[in-house]
Amino acid sequence: MPVIRTLQLTRYFGDKAAVKDLSITIERGEIFGLLGHNGAGKTTSIRLLTGILSAHGGTMEVLGLSPQRDGAAIRARTGVLPETHALDERMTAFDTLRLHGLTYGWSSRMIPARIEEVLAAFDLTEQTHQRIRKLSKGMKQRLALARTLFHRPELIFLDEPTSALDPIARKAVHSFLTQMVQSEGATAVVCTHNLNEAQAICDRVGVLEKGRLIALGTPAELIAGLSEQATRAEHPVLFEVPAEDMDRACEALTSAHSRIQVEKNSHSLRIHGVGRAQVPDVVECLVRHHIRIYAINVPPVSLNDVYLALHSPPDMGH
Amino acid sequence: MHLSAVFALVRRDLKIVSQSRGVLLPMLVVPVLSLVLLPVLAVVAPSLGDSEQATVLALSRIVDWMSAGLQDQLAGYTDLQKWVVLVLVYFLAPLYLVVPLMVASVVAADSFAGEKERKTLEALLYTPTTDAELFFGKVLAAWLPAMAVSLGSFLLYATIANWVAWPVLGRLLFPNAIWLILVFWVAPAVAAMGLSVTVLISSRVQSFQEAFQLGGFVVLPIVVLLVGQVSGVMYFSKGMVALLGLGFWLIDVALLAIGAHVFRRENLLTGDPG
Repeated sequence: MPVIRTLQLTRYFGDKAAVKDLSITIERGEIFGLLGHNGAGKTTSIRLLTGILSAHGGTMEVLGLSPQRDGAAIRARTGVLPETHALDERMTAFDTLRLHGLTYGWSSRMIPARIEEVLAAFDLTEQTHQRIRKLSKGMKQRLALARTLFHRPELIFLDEPTSALDPIARKAVHSFLTQMVQSEGATAVVCTHNLNEAQAICDRVGVLEKGRLIALGTPAELIAGLSEQATRAEHPVLFEVPAEDMDRACEALTSAHSRIQVEKNSHSLRIHGVGRAQVPDVVECLVRHHIRIYAINVPPVSLNDVYLALHSPPDMGH
Repeated sequence: MHLSAVFALVRRDLKIVSQSRGVLLPMLVVPVLSLVLLPVLAVVAPSLGDSEQATVLALSRIVDWMSAGLQDQLAGYTDLQKWVVLVLVYFLAPLYLVVPLMVASVVAADSFAGEKERKTLEALLYTPTTDAELFFGKVLAAWLPAMAVSLGSFLLYATIANWVAWPVLGRLLFPNAIWLILVFWVAPAVAAMGLSVTVLISSRVQSFQEAFQLGGFVVLPIVVLLVGQVSGVMYFSKGMVALLGLGFWLIDVALLAIGAHVFRRENLLTGDPG
């Protein structure tokens, strides 16, 4: 049974659709990435799925329950890391987690051991009794994550989970999340701008633009599907050829392929406008003109390229 | 209603209040000013003038404006004794009600608006509580400190009032029936009224200051009581105080029912008044 199922889910703020006709299904044990610009509808989607906002259209089911009717029951089985850490700076890490545990119905007896466990997992043991205002930005983010996972939620929503973390802390979060999903059968929805992160940890990703889902699939599927377009748009293909063959190579290529542009470097040609599928044609053309090729470098396509290819540049005025 | 969730919210908020100087300070200043300085000044001031007798006589004439019932209560006292009893038992009684009202309003104003200011609101909204539990948790978290400060203030006031009145009356003035009804029946109701209104206001505005200022009008009924008594229109008899408490409790029931009905956590995010 899917953990999350939405069908044409829609939510407006005024006359602007924050989420429009969102239809997704997320299975248990999945790490699902929700990608999109600011204002694309990622945070609104989390709020809808946890029952703190009501929908204006469509249907949704989370953990077999209706967020609009059973919001409290869903939130009891869910952990949410908001975009801002939402920690009270006057409290200590210990008090924050203790009160969080009590709110989730944990007994006072069990809470100290769990606090010790999660703070150790996020390398915050020394900060247990420090006031939050004295912690660094990264420590606060780790504490917020510790709070999110404290009550062993079945479903985890993480809104920009690693935005304030250094690479080592980021890696620790990834491994902790992966471990939770694997060992405890949890499901995670990760909203992120960090596409390398999404590619590294997500089983599937959905790309939102202006509240609409514009792409859905595994990172590999999206990359495969859009690699042509992504390569053309972003990266030149490098051909290493002898210096004396450079001019002839340029002439041969530009006369054979009107859409490509060629730049000369000291030992290589940077060829723009060539997709992965056209590389054999280029090779064939150069060989036909007796130009020796020492090396070819076709840049790998990343999820980042796919994302850029999917989106027109964001309108900075809005 | 999931009571353990409500109590967990209350514990969380009490912890936050105990860490907040901006909330604690007004909670302590109002009782000290109104229930420590005022009674001392009211009793000691007449003896500071050039002619103590003339001052006392002038002050005791205020009794002539009072209602017949109150004049009967004060019959048999000397002029100075009348003044002392009038101030300590009757005039300061409505002022005492400002203490629970003020404390409840300060904590209640900090409830949702303070969470918005500190950017901690979202974590609160994701807790596994229903809207009604969230509302009652916030109300209770403001009511309990108000009751603690109210009771503490009464004990302090009773001690000081007895201390300043003893040389004049030769007996203890407190505790007495009027004030016991006031402390244990009326003050809790007044606090509940103030905070029900302020919690609802706090859920609709963006800052603590805004919530506190808008919630300030809840003090009006107390001002009316104070003016009514000083002008002799009414006085705080036992029956009157008991009836007053009943009136406030009925208002509370209505306010809490309205609050639980209209309060929606969604409106805290959208700014929609609901």
